[in-house]
Amino acid sequence: MPVFLVFVITLFGCMTAHAQPEAFPSTYAAPPAHPTLFKNATILTGDGRRFDSTDLYIEEGRISWVGQGDTALDTVVVDATNRWITPGLIDVHSHLGVYPSPSVAAHSDGNEATAPVTAEVWAEHSVWPQDPGFTRALAGGVTALQILPGSANLFGGRGVTLKNVPSTSYQGMKFPGAPYGLKMACGENPKRVYGGRNQSPSTRMGNVAAYRSAWIRAQRYQADWDRYNQAVENAAEAAADDSSGASVASALLTNTPPRRNLELDTLAGALRGDILVHMHCYRADEMLTILDMAKEFGYRVGTFHHGVEAYKIADALADNGVCGALWADWWGFKIEAYDGIQENIALVDRPKGGCAVVHSDSDEGIQRLNQEATKAMLRGNRAGLSISPERAIRWITLNAAKSLGIEEQTGSLRTGKMADVVVWNQNPFSVYAKPLQVYIDGVLRYERGNSDLNPQSDFELGQLLGATQ
Amino acid sequence: MRTFYFWLCVLISGLISDPVWADRLLIINGNVLIGDDGPASELDILVDRGRIDAVAEDLKSVEADRVIDAKGRIVTPALFAGITAVGLSEIGMVYEAVDSRLNGLDTGRMHPEFDVRKAYNPLSTVVPVTRVEGYGYSLLTAAFGDRTIAGQGSLVRFDGGFDSFEGKTTFYINVDGYSGNKIGGSRAAHWMLLESVFDELSVDDADLTLISASGKAALKAARRDGLFVFRANRASDIHQALLFSRKHKLNPIISGGQEAWIIKENLASTGVPVVLNALDNLPGSFDGIGARLDNAALLHEAGVTVLFTSGETHNARKLRQVAGNAVANGLAYEAAVEAMTSLPAEVFGGKPRMIAPGLRADLVIWSGDPLDVNSAADQVIINGVPDSMQSRQTELLERYLPEEAGLGRAYINP
Repeated sequence: MPVFLVFVITLFGCMTAHAQPEAFPSTYAAPPAHPTLFKNATILTGDGRRFDSTDLYIEEGRISWVGQGDTALDTVVVDATNRWITPGLIDVHSHLGVYPSPSVAAHSDGNEATAPVTAEVWAEHSVWPQDPGFTRALAGGVTALQILPGSANLFGGRGVTLKNVPSTSYQGMKFPGAPYGLKMACGENPKRVYGGRNQSPSTRMGNVAAYRSAWIRAQRYQADWDRYNQAVENAAEAAADDSSGASVASALLTNTPPRRNLELDTLAGALRGDILVHMHCYRADEMLTILDMAKEFGYRVGTFHHGVEAYKIADALADNGVCGALWADWWGFKIEAYDGIQENIALVDRPKGGCAVVHSDSDEGIQRLNQEATKAMLRGNRAGLSISPERAIRWITLNAAKSLGIEEQTGSLRTGKMADVVVWNQNPFSVYAKPLQVYIDGVLRYERGNSDLNPQSDFELGQLLGATQ
Repeated sequence: MRTFYFWLCVLISGLISDPVWADRLLIINGNVLIGDDGPASELDILVDRGRIDAVAEDLKSVEADRVIDAKGRIVTPALFAGITAVGLSEIGMVYEAVDSRLNGLDTGRMHPEFDVRKAYNPLSTVVPVTRVEGYGYSLLTAAFGDRTIAGQGSLVRFDGGFDSFEGKTTFYINVDGYSGNKIGGSRAAHWMLLESVFDELSVDDADLTLISASGKAALKAARRDGLFVFRANRASDIHQALLFSRKHKLNPIISGGQEAWIIKENLASTGVPVVLNALDNLPGSFDGIGARLDNAALLHEAGVTVLFTSGETHNARKLRQVAGNAVANGLAYEAAVEAMTSLPAEVFGGKPRMIAPGLRADLVIWSGDPLDVNSAADQVIINGVPDSMQSRQTELLERYLPEEAGLGRAYINP
């Protein structure tokens, strides 16, 4: 076989729709972490367990053990008596960086509201890492968060999961290995934005038609790539068999792969399950429509976001393995939010397999996810659902990690996971609870009252010089 | 001073009759925060015909139609919900059901006479949703529309009445950068216009250009006994509001006040209250670069009267959380309780709202600490009558809580 053909076949033989060099790869690397022993804490592991007066040991940036075990000679010991320890909190729905503070018009980078389908845009390209909101969220115990595009569009674009570490670039925050999210939106927002311009969609039925049309294009795109990849594979096999003529023809054919399309790259990624679908949807009936549509096109809805009516279909969500990322008490700001009740999260958590997540969608709420979870737990308990702190903490840790597809790396204090840890001054389910220390990959990134460990964004430097205090 | 005011109110209110009749209600074993800045104490409360009749250590021998054993739970006056559009806004983005702002009325004038009380709907679902969470009253807002003076409102009680207003007529004036950008392109345009408007107060009605005759009358009356809420966050804007108020002899209140801590001494010496959101700690705009969590604590320490507002209407019930966070960031607990109960009534000229003989019995029995997110209102009492504790949301819960629905949820009618 000619050398040239071997080269061509080798070059394309491993080609798939997403086998390009990784675009905008993470440059995050945790600095060296001290082995740290937290002594005598109340520990909520994030996966439903609670330990009182117990030790936790982290080493080399990983959870080492809870309970008893060996420690290194140079271990830093933290007396956590009367303190509570939880996994780092995770917010699955944030617009920090894309709608940063200060919220001036030139910072308004969260909605590419120029067409209803903009699956080609990536939220990370809008993230301003100097948003002071990141540091405030860190002080609230948030160690990882997903930044999503807004909900103006049916397909808003890709979301990105970040480690909540200060960096000059979003690449420096990008959670290594986390799957991308695809932001989609139901209901009022897309139809209002485009209907208001006398464009499609202007109705809910227009919304659904446009989703389906986009999925059909994505299916075709995927099929083109599948066919191409198959041809490449066939050619490779034929070349290996040295059956001359056929292999040469196939190899030449594979010289022209389908044209890459950014929009369809993302949509096809969602169809394949490589990209997790995060769907903004309020009403129960619309969520059920979406679940049917997912079956029609063979993809999975990962998480419904906001879902103020999720409690009406909690069983269906659990049966379909869909998480509900919800607010504790928001309601009434538009008619699709009219039926909000404060028991929503607890009711979504109720069925076997239920996956309730407390999300913020707010630069204020993200600082107090523990308070939001407290409100939801309280309402569940007052409705007779008997929810313990070790259960409720899952809503802002392991369940959130599951929603983002990072549950094997973080979200609970299981041995071997990333040492993303919060030390609280008290039981976190209270308005008076505050993180004293926040560790990310075992590195102390925030300490209350320690000015050396209170990061500030560039924006905040040199402001209000001369203001009295 | 507060104590004197308290007893004065008790004396005065004893003379006022009230049309609302209810059973004699006795609350025993309360851990009572009476609504001043003192600690809780174990007390019984007797309510007669809607008014508090007696507050004492042991009233258990008194005959009553109904007895509620608080079993040591905290009892407070019904809370203040902040500056809201409760009863003015059924659904935020359903604009035909929102009446809190004047917008697009092409008269070319300001309309201080625009009175949102005319639009108040006590049967809005938002009223019981808020009430069952322990809230008894609010300050109705005239929200920023497209004029420097947004209009007027006052306190409203959540007792279901169509005319349950009280307190001083309160005017809302926007002087911040956001509104300034929409009016003349500069916040200085606000002050330019306001100076002209107040100049017109001494102009013949026929020669008025910026306000109407009724607007003029409203402002003149307000200068005597009304209040002016200046919406401002930046320290320099607050400073200007104080200067303007002194020049025109107005009673100002600052709403927003994110940078109020910068000029706290000035606010303290002029006795100007600040209504703030204690959750504000981000530079959300260039007006709020100095937003910080201990704003309330710093102001209170300096002697400034601090009240809370969340900026929310539908979720006005969140205000307890706001106050709790202020405490978590340094504000004295009792000061926060006072700011959530009696102090707003005092600032906005309403009837006294403490737990004391002669005062209206708007009370709440709490499951725990009323400022903590892990507690809720167990029983709200308005005008001496235990509330049904029902709202549209409790009914939705009752419909969807059962795991079996039979013919369907539509048949489960609470």
